[in-house]
Amino acid sequence: MISDWLTSDKIKAIDSIDNWKNAVLLSAEPLLTQGYVTSNYIEAIFKSHEELGPYYVLAPGLAMPHARPEQGAIKNGLSLLHIRDGVSFSSDENDPVYVVIMLCAHSGDEHITMITELAEIFSDEDKLSRLLKAADLNAIQAAIN
Amino acid sequence: MKKVLIVCGNGLGSSFIVEMNVKKILKEINKDAEVAHTDMTSAKSESADIILSAKDIAEHLSGHSAKVFGLSNLLDNNKIKEILEENI
Repeated sequence: MISDWLTSDKIKAIDSIDNWKNAVLLSAEPLLTQGYVTSNYIEAIFKSHEELGPYYVLAPGLAMPHARPEQGAIKNGLSLLHIRDGVSFSSDENDPVYVVIMLCAHSGDEHITMITELAEIFSDEDKLSRLLKAADLNAIQAAIN
Repeated sequence: MKKVLIVCGNGLGSSFIVEMNVKKILKEINKDAEVAHTDMTSAKSESADIILSAKDIAEHLSGHSAKVFGLSNLLDNNKIKEILEENI
């Protein structure tokens, strides 16, 4: 279950944020403080955004920042930041982004299960639209379960 | 058999999600193809008939021999279905 990874201590809901970099930083905070990633991981995300653009903004309203395992992932994990007013990632057709799901994949079969389950939520139009609109912890948990 | 390659910046997160969706769609439309995912650097030296990627990535792959489709919405399975139906 995706809720096994996205526990309440890894979900945050806020009203607004000034820019995409701060959104990525804030979404990473639980993974950083709980030892899932090192700060290198976040720097790698910023670097690939600079080089390749916001390719990790998957669909309207949804971003999934991540880097490679060797760029500072310590354990497999997920965190979620919900921004009620949305924020621009300079991804013209997908802005504003309301949900930032940070993915850290370290190794093994577990991350495959994790990404498979995420894909199921993302590919279910009803679940995804509920997630994008869910502006508090209870609503977010209801949308991902 | 035709080969579909899904490319993202890191070759693990978004490309993997799209790979799963592509496999599902191929089954749905009763077509067979080899499906794989990879990162942008490796993609340049990998052969394929069709490449699916985010728009930003597609711009970097313009010299590839495959037919490259840049998607602004990677989760738009109707669009992906259309591409697969027409090209496989």
